[in-house]
Amino acid sequence: MNDKHKQLDWMVAQAKQGRMTRREFVGRTTALGVSAGLASALFGKAVQAQEAKKGGVIRVGMQGGESTNSLDPALAASEVPFQVNMTWGEMLCDVNPDGTIDPRIAEEISSNADATEWKFKIRAGVEYHGGGTVTAEDVVATLKRHTDEKAQSGALGIVQGITDMKAEGDMVTLKLNAANADLPFLMGDYHLIIQPGGGVDNPAAGIGAGPYQVVVNEPGVRHTFKKHANYFDSTIGHADEVEILVINDNTARTAALQSGQIHMINRVDPKIVDLLKGVPGVQIKAVPGRGHYVFIMHCDKAPFDNNDLRMALKLAINRGEMVEKILGGLGTPGNDFPINAAYPLFEDTFEQREYDAAKAAEYYAKSGHDGSPIVLATAPGAFPGAVDAANLFAASANAAGIPLQVKLEPDDGYWSNVWNVAPFCASYWGGRPVQDQMYSTAYLSTAEWNDTKFRNAKFDELLLAARGELDTAKRSGMYSEMAQILRDEGGLILPMFNDFVSGVSDNIGGWVDDPNGELMNGRAQVRCWLNA
Amino acid sequence: MHPILKLLVQRIALGLLLLLAVSAVIFLGVEALPGDTAQAILGQQATPEALANLREKMGLNEPPLTRYFQWLGGILTGDLGKALTNGADIAQSIGQRLGNTLFLAGCAAAISVPLAILLGLTAARHAGKWPDKVISGITLTTISLPEFVAAYFVIYIFTQLIPIFQPVAMVFPGMTFWAKLNAVALPVIVLVLVVLAHMMRMTRAAILNVMQSAYIETAELKGLSPMTVIWRHAFPNAIAPVVSVVMLNMAYLVVGVVVVEVVFGYNALGQYLVDHVTKRDLPVVQAVGLIFAAVYIFLNMLADIIGILANPRLRHPK
Repeated sequence: MNDKHKQLDWMVAQAKQGRMTRREFVGRTTALGVSAGLASALFGKAVQAQEAKKGGVIRVGMQGGESTNSLDPALAASEVPFQVNMTWGEMLCDVNPDGTIDPRIAEEISSNADATEWKFKIRAGVEYHGGGTVTAEDVVATLKRHTDEKAQSGALGIVQGITDMKAEGDMVTLKLNAANADLPFLMGDYHLIIQPGGGVDNPAAGIGAGPYQVVVNEPGVRHTFKKHANYFDSTIGHADEVEILVINDNTARTAALQSGQIHMINRVDPKIVDLLKGVPGVQIKAVPGRGHYVFIMHCDKAPFDNNDLRMALKLAINRGEMVEKILGGLGTPGNDFPINAAYPLFEDTFEQREYDAAKAAEYYAKSGHDGSPIVLATAPGAFPGAVDAANLFAASANAAGIPLQVKLEPDDGYWSNVWNVAPFCASYWGGRPVQDQMYSTAYLSTAEWNDTKFRNAKFDELLLAARGELDTAKRSGMYSEMAQILRDEGGLILPMFNDFVSGVSDNIGGWVDDPNGELMNGRAQVRCWLNA
Repeated sequence: MHPILKLLVQRIALGLLLLLAVSAVIFLGVEALPGDTAQAILGQQATPEALANLREKMGLNEPPLTRYFQWLGGILTGDLGKALTNGADIAQSIGQRLGNTLFLAGCAAAISVPLAILLGLTAARHAGKWPDKVISGITLTTISLPEFVAAYFVIYIFTQLIPIFQPVAMVFPGMTFWAKLNAVALPVIVLVLVVLAHMMRMTRAAILNVMQSAYIETAELKGLSPMTVIWRHAFPNAIAPVVSVVMLNMAYLVVGVVVVEVVFGYNALGQYLVDHVTKRDLPVVQAVGLIFAAVYIFLNMLADIIGILANPRLRHPK
């Protein structure tokens, strides 16, 4: 056997173990002279070869749980309650890793032509843990509960736009106050778990229609589950039992994974990722998410009201260096608009903007800036590594002849005195489930959090039109056009998106990178299986 | 009445009185915080009507004195109320966690107290020679390490180098006694390392102090072996200071080990208290505060009583 064959076999084995993504696999095998089509087919076969095994106990160790946590889905705000609720709960629909809708309790989803009225057909015979089946009335009662301010629901903003809810037979009809083609994605919000009777009597009962039922609920310590025998979907929920342990300490969590006491952990400290990569039996999964770190310029204040100057600054930042040094390689370079492949309806057709000192200098000269220092405000708390990132930016900009200066501000009061006030500062965004929400929150002319003071009539028009556009191809086209406008004219410098970094034991099969959320969007314990 | 019995009753009554005073201080402290429980629950959603309703429902309109006695009455009947954050019954949540706290403290004490006294006696016997120096050197090193550093060392050694224990030390009802012991092995090792030196040094110092006395010389001249002299003649007279240091360390093991709990994910009272303090869950903070105060008072009282019983002059007053 020659070397190429050996390498190919090795890569197929890696793919089988889930150690390589399709993109990596295709990239590396084509480098060996294999055609891209064949490589892709090989990858599909290798991954299929993994067969789900049933049984056993999957143990997850997580940061982000407190003894004050509740099983009430409306109140979930940190990582552990999210993961716990995804184990026992089921929503109308989920979002697949590729950004399509996965119908769960709703079997079919349809809307009228202008996306102001939506119909959800409820799947027949979906059983709750305590017996009884999910009805259309339960769905309406659940959504109603989240509209009540007393429920303190994290999904209040989502359900507020629903003006009328109706249950007829197995059909739920929702009328909206304005067109919204994204409603199915919003119904996949993790707060909107369908509960018997809407969970009005006892919202924290932990009774739902999900794949596992709650056995022990000790907030801040552990949550254990056993398989829901009558779960409607036999393709997931492989383990007999699931345990979620709250291990807030980084070292203990990592040590527990290494020693085999648990199978998965969230929030691996970026500083130790390189060390962990060499540990046998442990894999690091760095999954690109929607969170991103930014430098924002106010488009309505001098000197940032000049697009040539904005473009000079965009070209004067070294994105690759930022990802390497600030994120430890666990992220992807940004392209000056807040959307990446983690969003549904994203078209990856944009040229990556790179550091180009010569071009930056050219734009800078064209802007006619008087040479006075351009001040960038930053603080340690603006995002992890914000001060270092600002200094790297200043160094690369100075090399292009742009007089960028870093001004260090205190963390205290940064979000009230500097962000949205100073014309140029460091900040971050956590991302939103769909493009519309992200753009509406921060880039619409009238948005309260329009922190770049970006006002573009064409952009606003496209955003509003896209909300009522049900043809997904047309909508992605509109979103691409908006991204292009923002990328070339906006006040946003977005050097990097940060990853979700998890640690997974070799013993776990079925892992799929999911950009929607940490640990396979809260479902790793449900969708993975134990190999031995 | 026998004078000792009288003394005991006096001490216990004093302890109870002190506890009552502490409960009043805790209650007053919480009262003095800006805002009340209703505001803490409602947070940003606090409209005037919602506040009035909730205050009515929780009886917050009663005068403070009435509420103090209601709270006190609740505690005496085992009703500590419900947590504000997740509505869980406080007495039930505390019950199991207090058990875990006492289990961990008990295991650590069962190893560290005899070990510290034994090492203290040995060090006193060989005062100034190499065994004394080795014992003192090692224990002073371990006490000087911050708990979390010691914990990380212990995790590294016993889960990575010699994988015989588990790094996460949670215990649950339904586990066998041996399984529980195995689970808490690492935190117990850390706690023993932390408390050993203090008790050992005190034992050594107390015994060396007694060794200066004339009756020790008499015992030596009788031809008794040095260890017998220490054990039979010196140690009984050094008990009082040793016991008070032991009790101080026991109290620490119960109320002061939150760092160790966090590092090993151990589900006990300290972590529970900290979680609720950060969320301003006042009923829980009050209840746990009172329990910690009670533990301190009880252990100090015990040290006092043992000190009295060990002292012949106090045992047989003229």
